[in-house]
Amino acid sequence: MQNKKFAGFALIAIALIALPIMVGMGFGNAWVRMLDFALLYIMLALGLNIVVGFAGLLDLGYIAFYAVGAYIYALLASPHFGLHWPLWAILPIGALVAGVFGILLGAPTLRLRGDYLAIVTLGFGEIIRIFLNNLNAPINITNGPKGIAGIDPLTIAGQPLTKGMDLFGFHFHGLYLYYYLFVILALLIVLVTMRLENSRIGRAWVAIREDEIAAKACGINTRNVKLLAFAMGASFGGVAGGLFSGFQQFVSPESFGLFESIMVLCMVVLGGMGNIPGVILGAVVLTVLPEFFRYWAGPAQQAVFGQIFIDPESMRLLLFGIALILVMRFRPMGLLPSARRKAELEHLAPSLDDEGKA
Amino acid sequence: METFVQQLINGLTLGSIYALVALGYTMVYGILGLINFAHGEVVMIGALVALAAFKLLAATMLPPVLIALIGFGIAAMVCMALGWSIERIAYRPLRNAPRLAPLITAIGVSLVLQQLAMLFWGRSYHAVPALLPSEAHEILGARINEVQIIIMLAAGMAMTGLIFLVQRSKLGRAMRATAENPQVAALMGVDANKIVALTFVIGSALAALAGVLVSANYGIAHYQMGFLLGLKAFTAAVLGGIGNIGGAVLGGVLLGIIEALGAGYIGDLTGGVFGSNYQDVFAFFVLIGVLVFRPSGLMGEKVSERA
Amino acid sequence: MSALLEAINIGKTFGGVQALKDVSLTINAGEIYGLIGPNGAGKTTFFNVITGLYQRDGGEIRFDGVPLSLTSPHEVAAAGIARTFQNIRLFAEMSALENVMVGRHLRSRSGVLGAVFRTAATRAEEVAIKQKATALLEYVGIAAKAEIRAASLSYGDQRRLEIARALASEPKLLALDEPAAGMNATETAGLRSLIEKIRKDGTTVLLIEHDVKLIMGLCDRVAVLDYGQKIAEDIPANVQRDAGVISAYLGVPNE
Repeated sequence: MQNKKFAGFALIAIALIALPIMVGMGFGNAWVRMLDFALLYIMLALGLNIVVGFAGLLDLGYIAFYAVGAYIYALLASPHFGLHWPLWAILPIGALVAGVFGILLGAPTLRLRGDYLAIVTLGFGEIIRIFLNNLNAPINITNGPKGIAGIDPLTIAGQPLTKGMDLFGFHFHGLYLYYYLFVILALLIVLVTMRLENSRIGRAWVAIREDEIAAKACGINTRNVKLLAFAMGASFGGVAGGLFSGFQQFVSPESFGLFESIMVLCMVVLGGMGNIPGVILGAVVLTVLPEFFRYWAGPAQQAVFGQIFIDPESMRLLLFGIALILVMRFRPMGLLPSARRKAELEHLAPSLDDEGKA
Repeated sequence: METFVQQLINGLTLGSIYALVALGYTMVYGILGLINFAHGEVVMIGALVALAAFKLLAATMLPPVLIALIGFGIAAMVCMALGWSIERIAYRPLRNAPRLAPLITAIGVSLVLQQLAMLFWGRSYHAVPALLPSEAHEILGARINEVQIIIMLAAGMAMTGLIFLVQRSKLGRAMRATAENPQVAALMGVDANKIVALTFVIGSALAALAGVLVSANYGIAHYQMGFLLGLKAFTAAVLGGIGNIGGAVLGGVLLGIIEALGAGYIGDLTGGVFGSNYQDVFAFFVLIGVLVFRPSGLMGEKVSERA
Repeated sequence: MSALLEAINIGKTFGGVQALKDVSLTINAGEIYGLIGPNGAGKTTFFNVITGLYQRDGGEIRFDGVPLSLTSPHEVAAAGIARTFQNIRLFAEMSALENVMVGRHLRSRSGVLGAVFRTAATRAEEVAIKQKATALLEYVGIAAKAEIRAASLSYGDQRRLEIARALASEPKLLALDEPAAGMNATETAGLRSLIEKIRKDGTTVLLIEHDVKLIMGLCDRVAVLDYGQKIAEDIPANVQRDAGVISAYLGVPNE
């Protein structure tokens, strides 16, 4: 039994290690870059999953925490303020600050239900973006719409990852190194999430989601527990944001809009809300598919029509919107639904915000 | 620094537009309990369709005001059809789904409409021909443009018409009954589906009007103009008391004034730290404030503790 | 017998309706205390006021000698009052066992750090929570259903589960809101012996019920509410004979 488990882990480990190499050699480095992004989104989706999936709090402004983490890194490791702090210092700070923002943004929403909660969180997300866009006067904090460029690359033990590494006679491009760093952190986040799920606090979150009044009757301080969900989810976003900053080496408010929040939400919902493997799958699918699509849409149109009618980039968003409508219509429970979601959507269980009704 | 009266005029103009759009949100929420995320995009489509009509009709030598009216008429018809379709295709199948599904679907519809608009009309900002009389007049030391007067009048008439419809007509009674209790209304012979569809259609017509007016006010139309406008109009609806038609009007006007005054004076108030580029933030702070401190809105009933 | 819960002149108004008016009653430790009255009399409102779901508009409550000025349900629960609901409120997705484990929330402490780092203390606590929850399921008689999703349980089992979850916090007072609603005679008899067992094991019980036979046979004392006011508080036999109670239920005969 133990051996089987160990073998399973070993297999996954090998697959994860080999993946970027196979992708890189088979498809090119651009696709390895896509893997890197997929990992960032996995982290984001797992963070949002705590808020939306576990605790049932519909957050439409989650990307704000990603932005906070990204800008903290940008401010502490770029020519902007002339600071160049190390990664191991910035990431925890980013996580912490993002967590505080999570509490700040969550606090006013505590008594709100479903739709209102969603709109308020959306408003918060927009407020953060507007501030990022405008905090360049009178004191230049965020450099406004121009964003901050020239951010230090992620650096481990004095070696910036962008340099790449030579190992076993094979030159690992920087993108591969980023991949390995991200995969380790993503796995850590998966581990933390799983542990949270099966704990007293995890049960408290689900209890609040299922029936907040009954949860209170069981002695759960719903206010604090909800704030904790916001804080934890936000801190994951903050970590991912810091990594993103050091990866892309450029941040601007444009990357942190409502659409990005919706994307992450869709990863959680489409994957199967509350279900960790489902959420990971959702993140992967929603990162990879659009890329595949963008890659093929041009040539496909050429082949069929002889010319390109619609710019693939525009089509991408259009198809995304259509996909949302179709999925909500025909498989709202997501790809890998948790048992409850499935039952709820097949009308066998009370739904997300039933209140006072049996 | 413009005078207080000037800001007030600007605010009332803006507010009239918010009110028109807010009515659509509030009616749909009152009857379905659903936030029609896509409503703002319907406004945008109204503006762009009207613009297309204007361009087409420009070749004819019809008087500008007539062109404006015809353009609005066409836009209204398109938007009404659009609103009807959205309800029929995207929302009706999800009548019994948990709240999350229609919300995400609404987001999807919003995206689709935006992207379609972008594909049709491109990403550029389109100039809207000045078809309405636009002389400026002096009033109380400030300037008011005839366009602004027309906006306030048109919005006022539309809203009065709607309120009259809802409060005094048989149809209006049916709408209010369905909003209160669809099952009992059905027992009284009201076809809930028809009423819901009608609600969307009326809201969309108002949205078309708003679209035409807002593009006349700013002289531009753009495929992304619906998002922020929609959000603010929703804020207005919540401010006034969601589901409450009078509230939507009050909320819209109030929000417009708050925004105008805020943008106008924030520079002074904060010693130049925050400028009018933060204008959009006001609406969001208002929204959050209302939802946190008085979720039932100004004209809504105080939500009691009923278990 | 010492007083466990003293409600003094409790008032509660909703808009124009006075749901509770000057309701005073005393529940003694170790009692099984019944609360009855016609529909709309204010029984559940009283419950909700006691358990913090509603804020009272007047009067005071003393629990175990200490004034209960706490306002939120979770603080009331922490003070030692646990409850069930008229329309069963279980955590539908969770299994029966998990539902009861949530009930142990007040009797456990580990937080985020413990969860994330899986400290020894946390692991031990998890084991203890699971054990206690299992024991409680057995106590109410549904041990076999431990892994079944709460929403899939039969109605009678769901009621028992809710009681098990309430007992998990080791309350001093267990407040049951119509626990026998919808039950047939056999199930009701089973419920009755469960409640007696609970009392025997040291928990005071307050229950709202419509089943007259159950109330009269089970309760030590009974209070009767009508139109938000207490019209009787006595041993069952006396309450049954009280003229005011009879007229409240049956009306005054036409002359």
